[in-house]
Amino acid sequence: MGAIEAPDLSYAALAPLLFVFGAACVGVLVEAFTPRSVRHPVQVTIALVGTVGAFVATLLLAGTEEVTAAGALAVDGPALFLQGTIAVLGALSVLLFSERALDPARSAFVAAAAVPAGSVRDRELATSERVQTEAYPLASFAIGGMMLFTAANDLLIMFVALEVLSLPLYLLSGLARRRRLLSQEAAVKYFLLGAFASAFFLYGLALVYGATGSVRLSDVRVAVVTEGGSALMVIGLGLLVVGLMFKASVAPFHSWTPDVYQGAPTAVTAFMAAATKVAAFGAVLRLLYVAFGTADWTWRPLVYALAIASMVVGAVLGLTQTDVKRMLAYSSIAHAGFLLTGVIGLGPDGTGYGLAATMFYLVTYGLTTLGAFGLVTLVRDGDGEATHLSQWAGLAQRSPLVAALMSFFLLALAGIPLTSGFTGKFAVFRAAIEAGAWPLVVTALVASAIAAFFYLRVVVLMYFSDPAPDGPTVGVPGMPTTIVLAVTAAATLVLGVLPGAVLELAESAAVFVG
Amino acid sequence: MTDVPWLVLMIVVPAVGAAAVAALPAAREALARQLALAVSLLVLLLAVLTTVAFDPGGERFQLTTSVAWIPDFGVDFALGVDGIALSMLLLIGVLVPVVVGASWRDTPLPRPGRPARSMTAFWAWLLLLESLMVGVFAATDVFLFYVFFEAMLVPMYFLIGSFGGANRQYAAVKFFLYSLLGGLVMLASVIGLYVVSNSQLGEGTFAFDALRQLEIDPNVQKLLFAGFFLAFAIKAPLVPFHTWLPDSGAEAPIGGAVLLVGVLDKVGTFGFLRYCLPLFPDASRDLAPWVLVLAVAGIIYAALLAVGQSDMKRLVSYTSIAHFGFIALGIFAFTTEAATGAVLYMFNHGIATGLLFIVVGMVIARGGSRQIRDYGGLAARTPLLAGVFLLAGLASLALPGTNSFVSEFLVLIGAFPTRPVFTIIATVGIVLAALYVLLMYQRVMHGPPRGVLLVDEDGPADHGAADHGPADHGAGEHGARGGATAVPERGAGGATAVLEAPARARVLAVRDLSGREIAVVTPLVALILVLGVYPQPLIDLVSPAVEATMSDIGVDPGGSTPAAPGSTGTGGTD
Repeated sequence: MGAIEAPDLSYAALAPLLFVFGAACVGVLVEAFTPRSVRHPVQVTIALVGTVGAFVATLLLAGTEEVTAAGALAVDGPALFLQGTIAVLGALSVLLFSERALDPARSAFVAAAAVPAGSVRDRELATSERVQTEAYPLASFAIGGMMLFTAANDLLIMFVALEVLSLPLYLLSGLARRRRLLSQEAAVKYFLLGAFASAFFLYGLALVYGATGSVRLSDVRVAVVTEGGSALMVIGLGLLVVGLMFKASVAPFHSWTPDVYQGAPTAVTAFMAAATKVAAFGAVLRLLYVAFGTADWTWRPLVYALAIASMVVGAVLGLTQTDVKRMLAYSSIAHAGFLLTGVIGLGPDGTGYGLAATMFYLVTYGLTTLGAFGLVTLVRDGDGEATHLSQWAGLAQRSPLVAALMSFFLLALAGIPLTSGFTGKFAVFRAAIEAGAWPLVVTALVASAIAAFFYLRVVVLMYFSDPAPDGPTVGVPGMPTTIVLAVTAAATLVLGVLPGAVLELAESAAVFVG
Repeated sequence: MTDVPWLVLMIVVPAVGAAAVAALPAAREALARQLALAVSLLVLLLAVLTTVAFDPGGERFQLTTSVAWIPDFGVDFALGVDGIALSMLLLIGVLVPVVVGASWRDTPLPRPGRPARSMTAFWAWLLLLESLMVGVFAATDVFLFYVFFEAMLVPMYFLIGSFGGANRQYAAVKFFLYSLLGGLVMLASVIGLYVVSNSQLGEGTFAFDALRQLEIDPNVQKLLFAGFFLAFAIKAPLVPFHTWLPDSGAEAPIGGAVLLVGVLDKVGTFGFLRYCLPLFPDASRDLAPWVLVLAVAGIIYAALLAVGQSDMKRLVSYTSIAHFGFIALGIFAFTTEAATGAVLYMFNHGIATGLLFIVVGMVIARGGSRQIRDYGGLAARTPLLAGVFLLAGLASLALPGTNSFVSEFLVLIGAFPTRPVFTIIATVGIVLAALYVLLMYQRVMHGPPRGVLLVDEDGPADHGAADHGPADHGAGEHGARGGATAVPERGAGGATAVLEAPARARVLAVRDLSGREIAVVTPLVALILVLGVYPQPLIDLVSPAVEATMSDIGVDPGGSTPAAPGSTGTGGTD
């Protein structure tokens, strides 16, 4: 028996991952060894250093194309592009987490998560300025998992990354300071359904391994080409897709989304809506294009149907929502459908705009939706955030700036020209039409029109309705939230008016290795 | 002068003006509207200079600018005008300052228990709208056109929604959703065009001149045509895609309504001419009969509905739908005369209906109600207002001597040789036009004073002051209007019954046109009369572009520009 050989690791190529996971590990140590009083600033700094460092590392690595860790990780254009996106979205989310000016208790996170909701101790802690700073290392782990997810060149690594990104999110969902029961319900629901989805993924992995004899994506592709698709493999692929679509909140695997988005602390919701979507689609693209790109008949009908279902479900059910966070959740489901429209745009022999378009859309959607959730944290009443739509009536008169920004983000989500939402939509629709998916694009356009109605409804409420006499107040954000809003609004505008540079970047990055 | 980027200036100047106005504090309303007036006059000047720099006999698109915008999509920021687009830019240049003047003293609908809102935003949105409207006519890149086409909805949405009548929320959302749905379907066709160009030219493009060269399969043409057509038919609007216009026209503030039917909706008919016909000639020819059915149905149906309206703004909106039917008839008859008439119609309708809306707005400002039955006998007290009202109405029904006659006549004689049946049916619309215009004029201006003009001896007489004009408060529901205590009960169906003034009532003092109002209507009145007797300059401006469009679909232009009816010259320019 020979000794197990350690795989050859290219540390430089893994720098983005090392930064974030390093920050997460240091964060855990800080949690254990530093006094409570200094923990918050230290944790925020560490998390920011990790994410910003990771972003800088992806920039420096631009152009790298290599497979490392004995073929388990692919550091290529799409991986780096999406890792950079996740790092930026992660850094902005960490800033949202660290906002201390809005809540009277100085944080949106609970003082002690383990105290039963509604108990005497819980009520005592509700106004305490203590805060559960584990949120930051947890977020760093989740960000690291997401970045690993987009680079996974091996189904097993993909599964590990899936778990690494999911487990911290389950916990983070339960950390809301206000409406504790709702938050805990969200955490449990997310955990149970997430575990279920992971099981699907694992089962699919086993079947694909059984059919092709490998978990390496490149080997799977070779096996698909040489042996053709067997029923076992197609079923396995289907199960893998189910697991991934759950994370991407694609209908009909979306049922957790509104509840979790509503119950989780809004900053966490923003993080999940933006970054998780990027990571999940990164994995979807890699799985479908690298492993099954040569046998697209195996997944195209499935993705086609899922795209339509997701767009229709998101747009139609979004109409009936009365809560801003739930509305944005359905919006996220509809946008997952639009993203799948881009995924369809894979041309023959790996050509086509699908990959670049989908990656660009992920950037635009992530930044816009992060900004929209950031604004939700500002509108508050005595009981925390005022998320019921009726409370937003007449907001333009209370705070013209917040209303104007929110309208801008909503118009971007609706895909009105001169916002990033339009360029993103245009990119994915073009990719789909080039691949001949006319009916899908027409469905997407109709769904866009339906979805526009519920975005507009909020604009109508804010601008054309009278404020309720005891309506919510608009909090004055501190520096972190202000930065987030400025960055996301500027990005939404710039990517709508002058998207050339980022589109080009996505285009040039759109080559998979492995 | 040709190297000055006139078109870019016409887009940038109002946009910068809008930003400047928006940056003003809400309390500086007076400065905001002065700035708006100054900017809009500057744009008018630019429009005139652009026309001077334009050579009607020169190349099809002139004053072109082209900068690569989004290279990955093959999109250029490409501007350029032909005669048709230029006539629309002139219309914008004229109408916006007039609208600023007409809205000078408007106030937003008051809300009980809340402080009055500022109009600053109104002026900012108005200028932004002007900038985008210029862009939509000046774009020669289909993608850029689409961007302006959709972005234009946002300012109009806020103009209706924030400053409109009582039912403004409903109207604003309906307007936005109808237009957006049409626009999105068009987006599919825009992308489709790109894909076709990609396969035929080897490189995807949105440049109009390149797309015009494509040889598209007839069946694909029909699909692409349908996408464009739906968007334009909603915009224009043709029956049965028209139902949003009466709501928007009625609820929009007068200034918004003028620009809505005067310019915004022209994007639809402009789109037929610029995009549907040249890009999809086969589909246009095949589907023309169906379009003509919609056009002629619209002429008759909308005119009939206009006759039955009790709300003046709704009535004017319906007349516009009928007029858009005429324009569509002229475009899809495929003769040079008819198409020239249609283009003139687009310009003249903007002037005539714009004036009619403004005059109706002035009546509403005096009486505070949109309902015809609330008025009567105004002419005796406001002879000037009545005179302008009559002129606007006559221009709307295309009486000879007014500008609209020229265009309507050209459409009808131009369409008759190729489409006699449709043309004959369309003439019925002329009769109905006389009916709805004259009935409204007669009820509002003549007869004994009635409705809001009567007040109790001891009642508050706060309606009259002309320059105090609330947009159209009270949206017409009779009983809901405060102060209208003198309106007596009447029997069912007795809307036209002449009402005897109750003994105790006196007639409200109503002021005739103020100096500002005279200044507002004068340019439009002058244009109606001048273009009514001497339309040749406008015909010369648009003819080459119309002929180029007709040759795109294989219609022989015939070599001579049509002469104005009634003029003695041959009208030939070469």
